Amino acid sequence: MACRSRLAPIARRMSTPGGLLSRTALSACHPGSPVVLRRCLSSTQTTCLRASAPCQGKYTTDSYPEIKRDQRFSQITADHVAYFRELLGKDSALIDGVTADVSADDMEPYNCDWMRKYRGHCKLVLKPGSTQEVSKILKYCNDNMLAVVPQGGNTGLVGGSVPVFDEIVISMSRMNQIRSFDEVSGVLITDAGVVLEVADQFLAEKGYLFPLDLGAKGSCHIGGNVSTNAGGLRLLRYGSLHGNVLGIEAVLPNGTIVEDLCTLRKNNTGYDLKQLFIGGEGTIGMITAVSIQCPQRGKAVNVAFLGADSFEKIQQAFREAKSQLSEILSAFELMDSYSQDMVHRVRQNKRPLEGEHPFYCLIETTGSNSDHDAAKLERFLEDVMEKEIISDGVVAQDETQIKSLWSQREGITECVGHFGGTYKYDVSIPLKDLYRLVDETRERIETAGLKGDTDEFPVVEVVGYGHMGDCNLHLNVAVRRYDKRVEEVLEPFVYEWIGKINGSISAEHGIGIAKKKYLGFSRNDAMIDLMKQIKNLYDPVSFLCYGY
Amino acid sequence: MLCHNGLLGQTTSQTGVETAGVKHSMNPFDELSVEESVRIREKNKAPGGVEDICVISAGPAKAVDILRTAMAMGADRAIHVETADGDEGALEPLTVAKMLRAVVDKEKSNLVILGKQSIDDDAAQTGQMLAGLLGWPQATQASRVEFSGDSVEVTKEVDGGVETVRAKLPMVITTDLRLNEPRYASLPNIMKAKKKPLVKMSLSDLGVTNERKLKIIKVTEPPARQGGGKVEDVDGMISKLKELGAL
Repeated sequence: MACRSRLAPIARRMSTPGGLLSRTALSACHPGSPVVLRRCLSSTQTTCLRASAPCQGKYTTDSYPEIKRDQRFSQITADHVAYFRELLGKDSALIDGVTADVSADDMEPYNCDWMRKYRGHCKLVLKPGSTQEVSKILKYCNDNMLAVVPQGGNTGLVGGSVPVFDEIVISMSRMNQIRSFDEVSGVLITDAGVVLEVADQFLAEKGYLFPLDLGAKGSCHIGGNVSTNAGGLRLLRYGSLHGNVLGIEAVLPNGTIVEDLCTLRKNNTGYDLKQLFIGGEGTIGMITAVSIQCPQRGKAVNVAFLGADSFEKIQQAFREAKSQLSEILSAFELMDSYSQDMVHRVRQNKRPLEGEHPFYCLIETTGSNSDHDAAKLERFLEDVMEKEIISDGVVAQDETQIKSLWSQREGITECVGHFGGTYKYDVSIPLKDLYRLVDETRERIETAGLKGDTDEFPVVEVVGYGHMGDCNLHLNVAVRRYDKRVEEVLEPFVYEWIGKINGSISAEHGIGIAKKKYLGFSRNDAMIDLMKQIKNLYDPVSFLCYGY
Repeated sequence: MLCHNGLLGQTTSQTGVETAGVKHSMNPFDELSVEESVRIREKNKAPGGVEDICVISAGPAKAVDILRTAMAMGADRAIHVETADGDEGALEPLTVAKMLRAVVDKEKSNLVILGKQSIDDDAAQTGQMLAGLLGWPQATQASRVEFSGDSVEVTKEVDGGVETVRAKLPMVITTDLRLNEPRYASLPNIMKAKKKPLVKMSLSDLGVTNERKLKIIKVTEPPARQGGGKVEDVDGMISKLKELGAL
């Protein structure tokens, strides 16, 4: 399903002088979802992402001619469309490009991913309004050999949420109700199509927090988050969705509804099958609802932004942060100078630190007692300053500053994409080797003569940033256009490099279409075989997400 | 020699506004005032330079944190006028203005920069009252401050545009949002700020009593905004428009 925004209509954040009026900046919203207020301690400002001009990208089938449409699958006919129309009951629940003409603007948002890297030929979008409808759609598609791709907010980074050929897109955007919330236990039950930020805003009013936060929160759907096992900024503190999701409701390819909206933390009764759907990327079934354990929202949030001379120093700072801030540490984010230069270049904003440093990190603490936390953070900062682990730093004094410091980190993704496109690698690497990959990749790109300041060079810069606390590096290659030569320098080099040091080729973005052929670098044959067996068990026809 | 004092109004909250458990931060307008004071010094705007930047805050013990932040941003020293916690210690604009006048007399300041208004009761009176009490010229809602010779030219935000005024020192300036972008407090400066002098005083030390002339009858939140409705499709939109009489 989904993991990054479709970037359709975007409420641009007005930049007010002094940034003082940004407390209730509007967020980027999924089309069809209400514009919501940013949650009170939200970190990012939603900034000018480019609005979705009709997708200019190449068709995936042209970029990857080796992927062939499976001829077992039927072409969509008028009869099929008539069935779906009757099933869904109203015209607004489907976009039909099969029997009618549909403008490209209506269809492109479903066909194209937000990076404009993958583009399908879909002609039919279905928007079911209930689990029963999803069930009937899947059963019908299974019986009639129609391939489908489930889609949430279409914010994915690996091409898993868009069709490759003419698959039917099943959009979850109409299943957007919060079903229930238990104010004592903190268990939230919600439809899969609820936008993450809407859920978090709802929880904020009750004093709770959604245990996941990521840059695309204004667009991505919870169902997509769970299907891709999204990690995000607060994984360090709250753990992964494998632990926080208590139950799911899903529809299997044959239409069977799996009802397991358990609200219990402990439930040792046989196989924990929901785990197969978490991170399953919609390959064995579509998640239609989720029950999730939500923690109390910390009242006291402090943020510091630090600069250091080397990656070794950043590692020391991380060790110190863990020991001195322990239970209140809620994020430790790494950024290299290249990524910060990029943010500065695109946004022309004031840099948080006066001088420039090779590495930066952002530390966030969340706790219940503001004074206590602030004192702790201050002691820690003084200590790392005195020991010369960090060379400079600032501490946010108010919520506006908290937001703008966070935007230095969360804004990297969009700023890197500003020049045309991004090759993204989301990898887990043992901490000591984490940054070496970025240096070596940059060297390779430079040696190949692909990087430069003028338009003839495809590559703008190679940047590294990520969730230091989780050993999760985002290696991004900002390009002016997608270019086979760049891809050949990067792949399989990056994956081989990671394979050698026992890292993971996909820490939190998933496999999708982008990494399918490299799965072997992180999983051995026996594991891949097991996965295939599971896929065959639930989806013998293999019509669900068959593009990858 | 120019003696320069950035003076801040109080920063704590008044009746009806939630303060418990809230992170206390500097009034954003006061933050602009501190930033502007420091910039006047750094950019050598004032002929003869800035001799001293003193910040003052009246409030409970926690106000000290805010003064330390101001010193981390570049103020030289601070005065904390301690008041009781909660409603009891709340000060009216006139009391604050009298208190500031006493400090200005004592410190022989010649420029007072303060935020245009507090962010709890939004009275926007202190600066004006202070100028009245001192008999000084005032320039409120400043968006630009320039020095030329012994006079100061201030661009003010007014409805529908800006107004430029000029006056000689001493004077009172209140700050508005467009004036500058306050800096972050850097770590080395936060540490240095701990060693900068901070003097504690009480209202009576300054010969001011906390006299109440105003009574807050009620504080209410504005009515909640009615959320917009969403229609499913074109038919829904047409019937909605008809319902509203637009069609």
